[in-house]
Amino acid sequence: MLNIFQSLEISHYIYLSCVLFCIGLFGVLFRRNAIILLMCIELMLNAVNLLFAAFSEYMGDKDANGQMFVFFIMVVAAAEAAVGLAILVMVYRNTRKTDVSFLDSLKD
Amino acid sequence: MGNISNLPIPFLVLSFITILCALYVVTSKNPVHSVLALILTFFSISAHYVLLNAQFLAIVNLMVYAGAIMVLFLFVLMLLNLSKDSEPVKSNLWGVAAAISAGLLLVIITASFQKTGIAIMQGNAPEIGLVKNLGRVLMTEYLVPFELSGILFIAAMVGAVLLGKRDGATVQEIMDLNNDANNA
Repeated sequence: MLNIFQSLEISHYIYLSCVLFCIGLFGVLFRRNAIILLMCIELMLNAVNLLFAAFSEYMGDKDANGQMFVFFIMVVAAAEAAVGLAILVMVYRNTRKTDVSFLDSLKD
Repeated sequence: MGNISNLPIPFLVLSFITILCALYVVTSKNPVHSVLALILTFFSISAHYVLLNAQFLAIVNLMVYAGAIMVLFLFVLMLLNLSKDSEPVKSNLWGVAAAISAGLLLVIITASFQKTGIAIMQGNAPEIGLVKNLGRVLMTEYLVPFELSGILFIAAMVGAVLLGKRDGATVQEIMDLNNDANNA
């Protein structure tokens, strides 16, 4: 397993994670469907998870601290998805839309 | 920044698949296609975890994300009947603005990491990511965060049930309403 990292640098994982994170950010800015927005947030969280695992490998940490952080991020992501989808179902039940650009009544 | 041509082939292929599927998630018109592409993205990220000696994380990523969360998304999509292209078309200006913002962030982050140097990965011991080691760390060093995440899960579950419940009406009343509508 180790010889695969002979030419692999931490910067490659940093660039990959940055690209994934920015794709997710682009989706959050561009799309209006609330379900797609939640999926883009999951994508951004996964980019961070990948970077945590890569730095855990890079530092050679014996206690797997980086991998534990990935676990806790997954817990928060699962809770966030459950609550977010429940809110989304409630919004759809009241307005018959999932378009976030209509949810601006707090602005007035 | 290293030369891209002497990167290992598995890393290149996996990164290509990951970025391609992530782009399809964002740009696809059909939400169901987005969900399926996101599941593919999670599969390739799991393969990255295997390359990074995080075997248990790879399995958990597949089970939690691809197995549970994405099925939940798909279920809500089917339940709300949003699988058709219901999204209103946005103006191109909005897309250009979003692309410029995200691209600027990408440039700033990568420029700030430019000086990280050519540090070769040290590599963990292969057994560091197995369930034996991770379980020991979770139950000793990270015991309090582990219990707190359990409380967070209960709070999220109660919140989701409370939000999803229809006010006042029980299931029996809803069924009676439907029967009345059918009889009328």
